Amino acid sequence: MLSVQEIMETIRMVQHENLDIRTITMGISLRDCCHSDYRVAGQQIYDKITKVAANLVRTGEDIEKEYGIPIVNKRISVTPISVIAESSKTDNFVHFAEVMDKAAAEVGVNFIGGFSALVHKGFTSGDIRLIRSIPQALAVTERVCSSVNVATTKAGINMDAVYQMGRIIKEAAELTADRDGLGCAKLVVFANVPEDNPFMAGAFHGVGEPECVINVGVSGPGVVKNTVDKVKDADFGTLAEMIKRTAFKITRMGELVGRAASQKLGVPFGIVDLSLAPTPAIGDSVADILEGMGLERCGTHGTTAALALLNDAVKKGGAMASSYVGGLSGAFIPVSEDAGMIRAVEEGALSLEKLEAMTCVCSVGLDMIAVPGDTSAETIAAIIADEAAIGVVNQKTTAVRIIPAPGKREGDYVEFGGLLGHAPVMQVNKYSSNEFVKRGGRIPAPIQSLRN
Amino acid sequence: MTQKIISKEDESGNKVIITVLGQDKVGIISGISSILAENGVNILDISQTILQDIFTMVMLCDISKSSVQFGALKAGLEGKGEELGVQIQIQHEDVFKFMHRI
Repeated sequence: MLSVQEIMETIRMVQHENLDIRTITMGISLRDCCHSDYRVAGQQIYDKITKVAANLVRTGEDIEKEYGIPIVNKRISVTPISVIAESSKTDNFVHFAEVMDKAAAEVGVNFIGGFSALVHKGFTSGDIRLIRSIPQALAVTERVCSSVNVATTKAGINMDAVYQMGRIIKEAAELTADRDGLGCAKLVVFANVPEDNPFMAGAFHGVGEPECVINVGVSGPGVVKNTVDKVKDADFGTLAEMIKRTAFKITRMGELVGRAASQKLGVPFGIVDLSLAPTPAIGDSVADILEGMGLERCGTHGTTAALALLNDAVKKGGAMASSYVGGLSGAFIPVSEDAGMIRAVEEGALSLEKLEAMTCVCSVGLDMIAVPGDTSAETIAAIIADEAAIGVVNQKTTAVRIIPAPGKREGDYVEFGGLLGHAPVMQVNKYSSNEFVKRGGRIPAPIQSLRN
Repeated sequence: MTQKIISKEDESGNKVIITVLGQDKVGIISGISSILAENGVNILDISQTILQDIFTMVMLCDISKSSVQFGALKAGLEGKGEELGVQIQIQHEDVFKFMHRI
């Protein structure tokens, strides 16, 4: 039995609080597409993606209509291209990115992830060629997203890869200087990367995944904000309980949509990612939730505690609502994609250092952060190393998606438009990390006992 | 509020919830029910109330014998909503069951 109030609550969440399914992401294995001739491999990749994902967008739209819940993005993730392209006799993997871009356009998805390499312990020849191709690949394609995993709790941190990614990020920014360094907005450097993440730009189809799978990412910061506002004077126990209940309801929508998509497409259902993903839209902000808990501005003292409470309550509620939870599953704090975060930076409440502290208690890391264009590759590498250390030591996923905006200084803005939003350029520490990052080698894996 | 929209578990799959929001006026129910009747949609239950000064009507319907596709029915109802100056939505019942029931 459903009451009118329950029905109206659901409708209110969608119409007034921006509840939506952020993404249905189809993971596709490309492991049967390898070929020594890169043109043949490329053709096989194109054929497979366009065949398997032919009905993805239409099915998503049908589900949207039937259930009356917006599904903002339909996307594709593929096996890391470093693995697939490795057998091809070519030094330049840009061709593979172009093939992915063309296939994504053909099936109508806005992003395709998987121009990726996993190098947390070292590089294979495919990894090296892929990483070198990243800046150009991101400059000449529109929809391709790239990610590189440079550290895990079990392997430690590959500092050679960290330093190289610092340089690659600089190069990606320079090659897309006319677009404020847009290339960097499609490139994520990970520690402990999940293999079933449906969210871009970090999505790829892990090697332990099935032939094809449907993963779903929910959203709903607006719904949680509204709940937090309702319990203004309540104690923390009540606050956490209310967030849990709301997270449950949000996640159930993800579960429903995931099951429906899986059934209609005849593809197994992978996971629901519980992440609270903000958008630049007003009322769809994670920062607003934290401020709703009683902080004057996101970034002030208490922000890390508030975020820890939020993230934990969302996971507890969400885990009950879905049979399979996975991906990143935590609150996202991307600066450019969250109106409240942007405001906090503009008003001087939120700094890079505080964001780093916040990433200790939530996914996913320093996300969509613009820094001055003259920031050195070494400083960027050091920022990546700091984030990777947090992830590796705390056995969690962390990531860096940072944009050294060409020609911009602190206080300027970068403008990407759409879901990627706009961001104020933030200050970085002016002291050098050069000698540290240039040491080379690996930072050993951390001890798993004596945990303090 | 005591009114309940009822659906038995074993009959799910073809049930939809139609919600109407807006200013109360003459002809809303007849306007909507005539579209439903034309398309072979059976109304199982109707409940209406005023929530925060807004006229709110919720209908539980069975579309198993519907003569048109879901999309066409949806478009027809939305068109009627514009004509009547109210907002009409049609959604699969599972949305609400999934969110509010385990």
